[in-house]
Amino acid sequence: MSRAFGLVLAVTAALALAFLLLPVLAIFLRIPPGDLVGQLGNRAAVDALLVTLKTSAVANALILLVGTPAAYALATRRFRGRALVVTALELPLVLPPAVAGIGLIAAFGRFGLLGGTLSALGLEIAFTQVAVVLAVTFVASPFYVRAALTAFEGLDPTLVAAARTLGAGPARTFFRVALPLAAPGLGAGWALSFARGVGEFGATIMFAGSLQGVTQTLSLAIYEQFDLDFDVALAIGAELVVVSAAVLLVVKLVPAWTSSSSGSTTVFAPSASR
Amino acid sequence: MDELELRLDHRLRSFRLSLALGLGRETLALVGPSGAGKSSVLRAIAGLLRPDEGRVALGAETWLDTARGIDLPPERRRVGLVFQEYALFPHLDVRANVGFGGRARVDELLERFRIGHLAAARPAALSGGERQRVALARALARDPAVLLLDEPLSALDAHTRSSVRGELAELLRELALPAIVVTHDFDDAAALADRVGVLVEGEILQAGSAAELLAAPRDAFVASFTGANLLPGNARPGPDGLTEVVLDGGRSVFSTDGGSGRVGVAVYPWEVAVGPTTAGDSALNHLTEVVRSVVPLGNRVRVGLGSLTAEVTAASVERLGLVPGTSVVASFKATAARLVPLA
Repeated sequence: MSRAFGLVLAVTAALALAFLLLPVLAIFLRIPPGDLVGQLGNRAAVDALLVTLKTSAVANALILLVGTPAAYALATRRFRGRALVVTALELPLVLPPAVAGIGLIAAFGRFGLLGGTLSALGLEIAFTQVAVVLAVTFVASPFYVRAALTAFEGLDPTLVAAARTLGAGPARTFFRVALPLAAPGLGAGWALSFARGVGEFGATIMFAGSLQGVTQTLSLAIYEQFDLDFDVALAIGAELVVVSAAVLLVVKLVPAWTSSSSGSTTVFAPSASR
Repeated sequence: MDELELRLDHRLRSFRLSLALGLGRETLALVGPSGAGKSSVLRAIAGLLRPDEGRVALGAETWLDTARGIDLPPERRRVGLVFQEYALFPHLDVRANVGFGGRARVDELLERFRIGHLAAARPAALSGGERQRVALARALARDPAVLLLDEPLSALDAHTRSSVRGELAELLRELALPAIVVTHDFDDAAALADRVGVLVEGEILQAGSAAELLAAPRDAFVASFTGANLLPGNARPGPDGLTEVVLDGGRSVFSTDGGSGRVGVAVYPWEVAVGPTTAGDSALNHLTEVVRSVVPLGNRVRVGLGSLTAEVTAASVERLGLVPGTSVVASFKATAARLVPLA
């Protein structure tokens, strides 16, 4: 009986692993590696890479610069309705991408809530790179903010208190104590948010469209090339697999690396009395 | 001379923290059981806790005055606070930890606390005693006008503790700042402080020098906290102006203290003599007891008897052949039997 159960466990584990890895491997095995790399020189692939790099850079800068202090504020202050605010920030995590897309159009589109105001300022957002940035920021930032919130909440409050009694104001305490101590958590959260942003598809295609060289990101390019040139789609896919794997590696390695360095293994001779 | 003035009134979970005290260039120990509000007093002085009402002032500087709406943030109060677990910054080395509050005196302090050779080490690599010295150096780097120490010895093992206690007492004398040491250990308080305040449920039950507290504990809590045996009984007038206490269980003892009704007889272990029979000495009180335990403690031996504990020398234990099960007579003078009211 126990042997049969052991067998069931082994078979299901093997099945799960095979099922999850097969599509990833298939991307690399379908055409020779040389061809795969060659296809990356395709004009559409290069354009998509540039659009992705540019929009991701701006979106992630926004996420880090706004999300970090916002998360710190939420983590260190207690006020009525705080739980509600935190939950609202997490809503985009569970929102279907299509809903995110329609929501962004309803808010920032030409006939949206803020559309009139933006038009008056001479700003058209829909179907521009700004729209890509907004879509990526909208779907990816909750990943970062939630991780940052957890990281800041996990800080030992006596360390923050100690910094204050040592003469550091709130800002110096944030930069010298809170930020460095929360860094591993922030890094892991940012990696996840970055990966989610690069993979953004639904909200982007609805709100920004898929114009090559303007709003067509790598994810959107795969979808378009899939009809035009399957090998190019495969090559872009391979490119994203490599990026995602690298992100995963960073998420796994950063906490281990920082804990080993802060736990300084250097051993000093016990303090000899003079 | 900058005196620290403190008046606090603050609602804690199950009681009100309410005290007023003035502190010159001396060390006050706040002792009391866990949860009595000791740490809250330190946090209120440092600006980490805003009391419902109160005033904290150092000489002419007002740090907090709820009536006038003054509440300076911690960084603007000249306070050095050493936290219970030291709260060293784990991501900074010893030099950066000490220099966090002020760089001017770092080298001097590293040397003063004999931690110069650890300057590049992270806190995780330090022993308890080393961490404590780093925490003290860090607190002093800011040139505080008031020093607050929260359970400075409780994170140390017994061996390190006694040597660090001596060093700390010396340091406090040398600094001559208004200082408050929070501890739950009466021996630490007696060693470190000029004055001891016993804080129970938010109020100072008794304050005075350690010797005063020992000589005249105000109530049962202070008596047992300072290490006295407490024998409950009922007091009534006895012969020669003495008070007779009929202990629960029927035996009688006499005290030179006045008292009536329900009382506790407080006797310190070092005032209890142990012998094979009722000795022909001046002690008035004799209780026949059976030895329960014999525990060496430094140069003394604590002998646990049925209803009380005696402290004698190792030589006496040897001479009297004290082992668990031995029947002995415990004697103490009527002047050593202090009476405290019992609820």
